[in-house]
Amino acid sequence: MPKTTSQNIHWRRRLANGLALGLITAGALIVTVPLFLILGTVVYHGLPALNWAFLTQLPRPVGETGGGVGNAIVGSLMILAFASLIGIPLGVGSGIYLAEYGRNKWGNVVRFTADVLNGVPSIVMGMTAWALVVVTQGHFSLLAGSVALGIMMIPVITRTTEEVLLLVPQPIREAAWGLGIPHWRATLSVIVPTASSGIITSIMLAFARIAGEAAPLMFTALGNQYWNTKLNQPTAALPLLIFEYAKQPYEQARQYAWTAALVLISIILLTVIVFRWLANRGAIKGAS
Amino acid sequence: MYTVPKPRGGSDSQPEPLISSSDSVPAPGGPQGLPSVAKSRLKAKEGIFADALFRGIVILCALTLVVVVGLIFYELVAQSRPTLEKFGFKFLGKTIWDPVAEDFGALPFIYGTVVSSLVALVIAVPLSLGTALFLTELCPRWLRPILSLLVELLAAIPSVIYGVWGLFILSPFLRVYVQPVLAKYLGWTGLFSGPKYGFGMLAAGVILAIMILPIISSITREVITAVPRQQREAALALGATKWEMLRIAVLRNARAGIMGAVILGLGRAFGETMAVTMVIGNRPEIARSLFAPGYTLASVVANEFSEAFGRLHLSALMEAALILFAITLVVNALAMLLVWSITRGMPSRSIA
Repeated sequence: MPKTTSQNIHWRRRLANGLALGLITAGALIVTVPLFLILGTVVYHGLPALNWAFLTQLPRPVGETGGGVGNAIVGSLMILAFASLIGIPLGVGSGIYLAEYGRNKWGNVVRFTADVLNGVPSIVMGMTAWALVVVTQGHFSLLAGSVALGIMMIPVITRTTEEVLLLVPQPIREAAWGLGIPHWRATLSVIVPTASSGIITSIMLAFARIAGEAAPLMFTALGNQYWNTKLNQPTAALPLLIFEYAKQPYEQARQYAWTAALVLISIILLTVIVFRWLANRGAIKGAS
Repeated sequence: MYTVPKPRGGSDSQPEPLISSSDSVPAPGGPQGLPSVAKSRLKAKEGIFADALFRGIVILCALTLVVVVGLIFYELVAQSRPTLEKFGFKFLGKTIWDPVAEDFGALPFIYGTVVSSLVALVIAVPLSLGTALFLTELCPRWLRPILSLLVELLAAIPSVIYGVWGLFILSPFLRVYVQPVLAKYLGWTGLFSGPKYGFGMLAAGVILAIMILPIISSITREVITAVPRQQREAALALGATKWEMLRIAVLRNARAGIMGAVILGLGRAFGETMAVTMVIGNRPEIARSLFAPGYTLASVVANEFSEAFGRLHLSALMEAALILFAITLVVNALAMLLVWSITRGMPSRSIA
């Protein structure tokens, strides 16, 4: 054994090791700082004005105190619900296609398209929904906003679903096939449930990605000063409202923006945490 | 009834019909076995139909993706036809943006989009690589779920809230504490000079970096986790230090996926609208300094689309969106080619 050289290298290698590991750890810790800063400031600025009226009433014009963003909360929830109705089935379906039938040329075409769609900026999606739905209908609508956001959910769910389905160990599939179960049944009853934790995570990722989107809603849902629960009417949404109010120079408008931001963050974070909890509880921890 | 198969080359064929016709003779595997085979064939037929139906449904889902992308492209081209016809490729090179004179050029917006995103990558890539490596390889077991939740939550914060935070908190902070320091020590590069507004290209880059961090790090993490354990053990067994193991066994095996993650982050930075619109300053000019305000393709659409007057203005904005779509398409295609050249088009199937 060439001992002398190895000792010499050893010292340098140890230094490189320590330095690299230290940098890696530091990087990971730095990343959490913005989260606390952002959450902290949103709570700090938003909380004082948060009350029941803020959650349930309509916005009031500048100069009048009180009021709230109830219409935007309802609007956001409705847009998200309809978007999920569009995005989740299509996304999971395409994911199943890619994992179970798409290991060929056509699968690659779909995979490529999904990645392209995933890369389409949200504002472009909004303009497309405007051209497709708003121009066709002749007016802005909740539906148009849901279409824009729903389409944005599809590729995220598709690609992640494919990945987690492929992570299901081959013996589990073979066991299902060995029992003589038809392929569709094996997919829906054995493979998808085994990967359900991952699929739920993908839905959560997709939801979190679209829930705060304002850009696709600017030319579709448009915003609304009043209540709306109709599918074909313009609708207020929290992200739109935050953008509008943050731009205004009035203190009261900024207060609205901060508090609405707090409400929006709470809705999203609650959903994410509940989903994660469900994913961790309800699923078999198979492959990872 | 079920036809009995002919005996296989046996000279004596008498007992076979006896068994199938009479029920008095109990033959092992004979009368009980045959109908069950028939039943399972029937079932298999149903299964084939259901399989075809299921297959059809998921293919339809997948087709929607293709149709949607086609529609996006078609609508963008159709809607931006007036400027496409009037300016042609000059639209890409001109720096004038004048809705009143109906003269449009997109160069400042393209510049702003690319530069702010590159600034974001410079900040975000090392940090997210560190985060991913730490979470998968170094993190104490008790800390891992907490830290990964925190990073995930960062991804859950809406763009518009990043914008509010960037506008009211980050920009003033940059102006007072960061920009003077940068100007003093790095001002000679020309990248950090000029009046310090706080908002501008640098602020947009920082906000974008925070926003794309979780995407890059979570994909990198997935890729790293997928590297087989044996690779790590082999490196360690050869006497590698932990960092060398990470470098040789983990990073090298995962590099295609990491590159994909980075490019995906770049694509997201290109298209990010609300936060950037709120902090970049929205001035269509090309300046070398990162302190200067800029404008991006996405921001100009967000700011002007709802108030666009005239067919040409609307069309110019649509073409800006078309350019944005094209840039992200090229970037993503590059990423995919890169990744696919190594993974051969498909995510690697894990072998249990």
